[in-house]
Amino acid sequence: MIEISHVSKWYTPIFQALKDCTTSVAKGEVVVVCGPSGSGKSTLIKCVNALEPFQEGSISIDGIQINDRKTNLPKLRARVGMVFQHFELFPHLRIIDNLCLAQEKVLGRKHDEAVGKAMKLLERVGLKDHAQKFPAELSGGQQQRVAIARALAMDPIAMLFDEPTSALDPEMISEVLDVMVDLAREGMTMMVVTHEMGFARKVAHRVIFMDKGEIVEDAPKQDFFGKPRSDRAQKFLSKILSH
Amino acid sequence: MNYHWNWHIFFEPNPTGAGTYLDMLLSGLWLTIATSLCAWIIALITGSMIGVMRTLPSKPANLIGFAYVEFFRNMPLLVQIFLWFFVLPELLPNAWGLWLKQLPHAPFYTAAIGIGLFMSARVAEQLRAGITSLPRGQKQAATALGLTTTQSYIYVLLPIAYRIILPPLTSEFLNTIKNTAVAITIGLLELTGQARSMQEFSFQVFEAFTAATVMYLAINIVVVVAMRLIERRVAIPGYISGK
Repeated sequence: MIEISHVSKWYTPIFQALKDCTTSVAKGEVVVVCGPSGSGKSTLIKCVNALEPFQEGSISIDGIQINDRKTNLPKLRARVGMVFQHFELFPHLRIIDNLCLAQEKVLGRKHDEAVGKAMKLLERVGLKDHAQKFPAELSGGQQQRVAIARALAMDPIAMLFDEPTSALDPEMISEVLDVMVDLAREGMTMMVVTHEMGFARKVAHRVIFMDKGEIVEDAPKQDFFGKPRSDRAQKFLSKILSH
Repeated sequence: MNYHWNWHIFFEPNPTGAGTYLDMLLSGLWLTIATSLCAWIIALITGSMIGVMRTLPSKPANLIGFAYVEFFRNMPLLVQIFLWFFVLPELLPNAWGLWLKQLPHAPFYTAAIGIGLFMSARVAEQLRAGITSLPRGQKQAATALGLTTTQSYIYVLLPIAYRIILPPLTSEFLNTIKNTAVAITIGLLELTGQARSMQEFSFQVFEAFTAATVMYLAINIVVVVAMRLIERRVAIPGYISGK
């Protein structure tokens, strides 16, 4: 589904954010990307739907090259859902309109159809009663669930999560993770940047460990948690799992 | 001070033969309002376009926006008005220059366009500040949903940015109104112009300029109140100025 091959990215000529990254996410697979901050995991996931440009290598989604000039990027992005660390709901639009905007403007759905879809998804994430509120009137966890629903409203073929729980208070993390676990169990193709190792243990098929812009470890979940091959991954795991 | 106050002067006929001195001032007031409104509309439209250009990723768009803003904000308004009124017709091919000079209401058009363009540079900078003050994630979220750059500006970035810059925009609108007084130098008989001619005809300088001052104050109060109402109307619940 998502093929990343030999991707390198430089922010400045001397600062290399990604070094020759190669991996893939198969259809229905859940891949967790972890690593210390500044390791390039967010950059990598933003390269997947071309929010960040990269200089070398190639990425394809469902067989479509994203770094091909002829590719209609907005059309491709509409098929890949993305959830951000800071939710990024549109503050001037009611929750329901946040979910309908792209359905109508990008997919060309009729307003009633979009509203129907939106309400179904809001019900699914448990926020049907908040449809008429504005984002700032919701808690962080609720906003992130809306953000997931907004991405799902586009009927995506894959979902990208960029640290979806990092900006949340501890008691709100589980309500967001619950939604993500359900999604994973339904067979959604997911690439998730997160430090939530509990989530990784529960639903990930593979875990990728990144450090200093490189993919250091790319292993099935059992192998990764059983005995990571690299020292750096071992150290990282011992630090975040010891508490 | 040996000044003969005469507040009845407003109701005495003016020497042009068209009504009283008050009528003279009122005709100036209408011209001031008309010039301000035209200039403000020009400032808002061109200023918005240039402001948006300055925030686009495209280098040429940026450069054009930069040159435009620096050209119009670094020259005194008075010089700009003179340039449009006296110099431009001489620079154009003969026939065009002649046409311009013979244009009826030339001072009005010159003032509206000249002040409009001068103010547009300021509006552009306000809007640029508003757009760049938004979290980067807003643009990314819009892009990730498949919205094109144009769509993300229209539906996401601009509606929020305009709300943020409403208070400084109010000041710019007031500045536009006050700047129309400069048009007296190219023969536009707006409020300041009419107050001056009233002074010259009647020698009642204090009465003339007191009345003009009150009228300027009245227009500006209307603008301030109207803008406050708009601010309140578009406020987003829970966000910035919203409640």
